[in-house]
Amino acid sequence: MSKMIDRPSGLGAQPTPAFEEQRRRWEAASAKGRSRKDPGSGAVDRTISDVPLKVIYAPQDVADIDLAEDLAWPGEFPYTRGIHPNGYRDRLWTMRQFAGFGTAAQTNERYHFLLEHGQHGLSVAFDMPTLMGYDSDAPQARGEVGKCGVAIDSLADMEVLFDGIDMGDITTSMTINGPACIALAQYIAAAEKKGIPRAQLGGTLQADILKEYIAQKEWIFPPRPHMRIIVDMIEFCTREMPKWNTISISGYHIREAGSTAAQELAFTLADGFAYVEACVAAGMEVDSFAGRLSFFFNSHIDFFEEIAKFRAARRIYARHMREKYGAKDPRSWQLRFHTQTAGCSATAQQPENNIVRVAFEAMAAVLGGTQSLHTNSMDEVMALPTEKSVEIALRTQQVLAYETNVTNVVDPLGGSYYVEALTQEMELQAESYFAQIAEYGGVIEAIEAGFFQREIAEASYRYQRSIETRDRVIVGVNAFVKEDEPANIDLLKITEETERGQAASVQDLRSKRDGAAVQRGLERLQVACRDPKDNLMPHLIDCVNAYATLGEIVEAMASVYGRYTERAVL
Amino acid sequence: MNERPLRVVIAKAGLDGHDRGAKVIARALRDAGMEVIYTGLFQAPEQIVQTAVQEDADGIGLSILSGAHMTLFPLVVEQLRAQEAGDIVFFGGGTIPPEDAKRLKDLGVREIFTPGAPLQTIVDFVTRECGKRRTPEPAA
Repeated sequence: MSKMIDRPSGLGAQPTPAFEEQRRRWEAASAKGRSRKDPGSGAVDRTISDVPLKVIYAPQDVADIDLAEDLAWPGEFPYTRGIHPNGYRDRLWTMRQFAGFGTAAQTNERYHFLLEHGQHGLSVAFDMPTLMGYDSDAPQARGEVGKCGVAIDSLADMEVLFDGIDMGDITTSMTINGPACIALAQYIAAAEKKGIPRAQLGGTLQADILKEYIAQKEWIFPPRPHMRIIVDMIEFCTREMPKWNTISISGYHIREAGSTAAQELAFTLADGFAYVEACVAAGMEVDSFAGRLSFFFNSHIDFFEEIAKFRAARRIYARHMREKYGAKDPRSWQLRFHTQTAGCSATAQQPENNIVRVAFEAMAAVLGGTQSLHTNSMDEVMALPTEKSVEIALRTQQVLAYETNVTNVVDPLGGSYYVEALTQEMELQAESYFAQIAEYGGVIEAIEAGFFQREIAEASYRYQRSIETRDRVIVGVNAFVKEDEPANIDLLKITEETERGQAASVQDLRSKRDGAAVQRGLERLQVACRDPKDNLMPHLIDCVNAYATLGEIVEAMASVYGRYTERAVL
Repeated sequence: MNERPLRVVIAKAGLDGHDRGAKVIARALRDAGMEVIYTGLFQAPEQIVQTAVQEDADGIGLSILSGAHMTLFPLVVEQLRAQEAGDIVFFGGGTIPPEDAKRLKDLGVREIFTPGAPLQTIVDFVTRECGKRRTPEPAA
């Protein structure tokens, strides 16, 4: 007997007797099939995140999905089919390649290269010392300066980074979290020195500290004082920077740390809701700031699961924002997101294969309706990408945008029995995680209890095991391996001179500036840190303008807030 | 004496927060019957070697994905010498280009594993090399 369809507006049509007859024949034929036994066949019945899969999806699997309530139309609540009525017809996604290495001058050169080749916006990658709040001459910085990104010690470096670039015209995304408030202050100060007012600046600051404790581990201060810093930043940007996206709530790093798709979705949205709650608790009106919150997701290799994840993210967010947080402005209901292809899906073996992986992952992001996209370069699993490999990655997006025609129709997979059923499954799993987090008392409490860290470690180990047993295949790694593969791809090298040069330049800066002004600025900042009613941002801008270094500002703040240490969870 | 399971320190050094690989390896070694001490993040080379010496570990596995490997691996090698612990099997992994891996092996790092290395290969390597440390060659 087929399932009764209790809603006349459900996605699944009422089956006719002829259709039911066909179904019975198919079931009989399917039952006689003999399963494959080759490598990779051990996991045909589940997604990469272990979501169980049927052989085929049909009307009965989507019978309870309501057309108006659950799907609606693009640009209509709950935005399952996208936030824009015309999808990519009105506007393509922003092609935004993340870049940064060596010194500010070297990175500035790469930015000019990317802008000349048709990239729309900039995205700053900072090096590890900068991300952790250390100056380039700090002992903790040894060996790390300029390696994973660009070293920015002070306003002086930020000025060089944007030399010759019209900061009023481009948008800039900055991936920085622990010291995000300082990077923002530097960006504002650098623009204002060029005569561009802060109100004119467009871009996004990642500033998502919760996922640092959960997955990426680039924290400085403990979670509770850091939530105050975030509320201050959001409050400041809401008031003074109308074009700035205040925070980019990120699942990317959660996924890279080994989570499943549903964990990435649930933990990221839970973080987002925690920020909303913190701002509301600080007295802000939800519609005053929610429209400029944005998200950042991973696009992994399981094509349909990723598309379902993106669609579910929009639906869950819209529902919570309207129903739980009482937002009234449709902009507050719309989840906007950036996507990056999965670094963890890339392999060092046969690195050219990564170009192909990236193309599929990029297509999933676009079919999922992303607002902007970074495609990884094939060599990033071994080093920073060369100019050539970055160009291929950007060309991949251009082929996708202009040749494949996947952009011509909005949400082309909407109504697919499989994609709709999987979208619903993602939503159910996310809601179940929200309930578990609530049992801990909230996101911060769950972090302190090691909940997220344990869930992710479990999932990543399970995944790794499935590769070991060859239940899953990774081409070039556990199947189709080439013996004695020549390692002949060019790699970009960051030299020791970069570190010495950068350390010398920050020391030179300290000797030349007005030391008393720096001292006064830092002292006023510390007073503000102790007073929750005083917004930190103007004080940070003063410190930065006096050329206080990143390390000095962080040290001043840490003397009030302390530094976070993690209890390692295996 | 030889009854005690092999004991391995899995370490993260410098400012690198990428701990997925380190944790997966730690669990795989533990599942293979070894005792594993995971140092947690942001350890100085001195601390890592101290931990290994204090725990009488047979091996140290260092994971670096931040590009600082040419600085941090040699510092650990130096510390092993300084703390007279050169018999501890030192290996590592991360985003390390082949020619750097070769240079590190020349410096005394026993093996470098890159992304995609099978867990079983790593477990076999640790079992074999740390096992040799337990049963030294008879004196000539």
